[in-house]
Amino acid sequence: MNIHEYQAKTLLKGFGMPVLDGRVVRSPDEALVAARAIGGPLVVVKAQIHAGGRGAGHFADDPGGKGGVRLARTPDDARQAAIAMLDSTLITRQTGPAGRIVRRLYIEAGCEIARELYLSLLVDRATGRIVIVASQDGGMAIEDVAAATPERILKESIDPATGLSDYQARTLAARLDLHGRSIRAFTTVLRAAYEAFVALDAAIVEINPLVVTGSGDLVALDAKMSFDDNALFRHPELEELRDENEEDPREREAARHGLAYVGLDGTIGCMVNGAGLAMATMDIIKMEGEEPANFLDVGGGASRERVAAAFRIVLSDQKVRGILVNIFGGIMRCDIIAEAIVAASHETGLRVPLVVRLAGTNVERGEEILSRSGLKIIPASDLGDAARKIVAAVRAEGVA
Amino acid sequence: MSILVHSDTRVLTQGFTGAQGTFHSEQALAYGTKLVGGVTPGRGGETHLGLPVFDTVAQACAATRVDASVIYVPPAGAADAILEAIAAGVPLIVCITEGIPVLDMVRVQQVLHRSESLLIGPNCPGIITPGECKIGIMPGAIHRPGKVGIVSRSGTLTYEAVAQTSAVGLGQSTCVGIGGDPVKGMDFIDVLERFIADPDTDSIIMIGEIGGTSEIEAATLIRDSGTRKPVVGFIAGATAPPGRRMGHAGAVITGGHETAAAKIEALRDAGIHVSASPALLGQTLLDVLSGRA
Repeated sequence: MNIHEYQAKTLLKGFGMPVLDGRVVRSPDEALVAARAIGGPLVVVKAQIHAGGRGAGHFADDPGGKGGVRLARTPDDARQAAIAMLDSTLITRQTGPAGRIVRRLYIEAGCEIARELYLSLLVDRATGRIVIVASQDGGMAIEDVAAATPERILKESIDPATGLSDYQARTLAARLDLHGRSIRAFTTVLRAAYEAFVALDAAIVEINPLVVTGSGDLVALDAKMSFDDNALFRHPELEELRDENEEDPREREAARHGLAYVGLDGTIGCMVNGAGLAMATMDIIKMEGEEPANFLDVGGGASRERVAAAFRIVLSDQKVRGILVNIFGGIMRCDIIAEAIVAASHETGLRVPLVVRLAGTNVERGEEILSRSGLKIIPASDLGDAARKIVAAVRAEGVA
Repeated sequence: MSILVHSDTRVLTQGFTGAQGTFHSEQALAYGTKLVGGVTPGRGGETHLGLPVFDTVAQACAATRVDASVIYVPPAGAADAILEAIAAGVPLIVCITEGIPVLDMVRVQQVLHRSESLLIGPNCPGIITPGECKIGIMPGAIHRPGKVGIVSRSGTLTYEAVAQTSAVGLGQSTCVGIGGDPVKGMDFIDVLERFIADPDTDSIIMIGEIGGTSEIEAATLIRDSGTRKPVVGFIAGATAPPGRRMGHAGAVITGGHETAAAKIEALRDAGIHVSASPALLGQTLLDVLSGRA
């Protein structure tokens, strides 16, 4: 689960992260009031969307204009910026061409910038530990830094038995060419990021840029956090930070039913059990010359209700011109899948060709339920057969 | 014969009396697995499926010899169940549970590395030596005893490889689903080195996917081992849109080796026969074995 910059800063501040004074606003008048309250020679007006690259982005209605991070020298400037940004579509390198509608702004105090660093924490699969990633090249896309100058990416892994040690922070600070009071300040920043990561079961904490001011203080100028979905059950307070406007409605509906779903741009809807088989099913659809409309893993041991919900999500996608169900039952039983398909099809109506391939646990009972249902279902014997049949069926419909 | 499990492997079920534990223990017993009992805290002394129930893994291990345990405990308690099995000295632990918090597994892995126990999973189908021992949730009926070793990150893709090798007349020595979680127990290399050394495994199918770098390490192991056993590979996710699950910082760690294309290239460089289609795993292996590829 992702959250907004302002939410991440509020959380991190609770763990001791130095951040600037700021207010979240939803209207131009609120922006004016916030800018006045913050004061100072200028404030920064920042679009709050779940995507990076906001400053270098542009708005759909003003392709050559300013981006999603603007300086305002007076409260009225802040109000004008808010008028231009709110309810407009911001396009960045991470949003894709469709962009995201800006519904909230963060008005933040200005800050003197001497240097911009990069800092993030995440779990490294290779070591099975939390790893710190840091660089002197902050304020830019870290993947570009990694590609161009990998030697400027610093990594330090944290032993779970001891947790973060201060010497690790001091060592990293030295490697980042920090001196004097900045070294202790960096220890504070890193400890805040680490404590928040562990306490909240984060998937990533990213501070980019981490600013060094002229006096040697450190400030988290931007902050991004996302959380381990598997651990949300023990952090009910984080659910309140969810912004449903930032989520694909199909993905949100799927998440409500405990399903892993990713919306794509093709025309063949897929319902599969197991992430690997789901990806392989997408791969083989593409090999046969069509594009998948989604990734959908119903998981193991799903109830009939959950499978029916999954099937309804695929059915209700208006782009979908054909559906491929590919189930290899292990923990999942084919009879439950069959009952769910029949129930959801009768309820929602089946308007496109449906190819079903069932294998594994209780396959005979599943096939019997499908054949007795009266539904027009094209059975398939294996994965290759299923892919060929759905592509052929979709193309036949297209011709007719 | 097989790796890791065989007809004499004595298995304990953790989360024995729950719905999943009960269903899959029944299936294992029907398959012929030597199940010696199970653990459900608070139910010690009872009998379930005709077998003794214990309160703790330690009590079970004191009462009888346990070679392996299988965990069907829900996500919130699953990491603790793994730690309990490690503490009791269970040699092989198979964790089926899906949805364990990553930081729980970070803690488990540190304890695991200091122990003698091996862990398969979590979020995996388990391990089976056909005709001898089934530990996990895979459908037993699709397997045939034979000489193909199968290792996979994906549960249901493992079943694909099994069904396809069975369909072309080949059988399996042992099939290991290592699981799809970022932090886990045995990885490809741990299973592959055992297949390479196993006199009764003549060929290998390995099934990877996008994300992480363990397929690259597996390719290096196979190349460096100099094994003459044919290896067929498949990488799922060639068409998956990048960056939807893991942010860009993840790719920074691994330097861009997480893509399907990079993995397929590494596998090919190591002499592995990569099947372009997930529907042709069995046929590709048959072609290699009969000298047609």
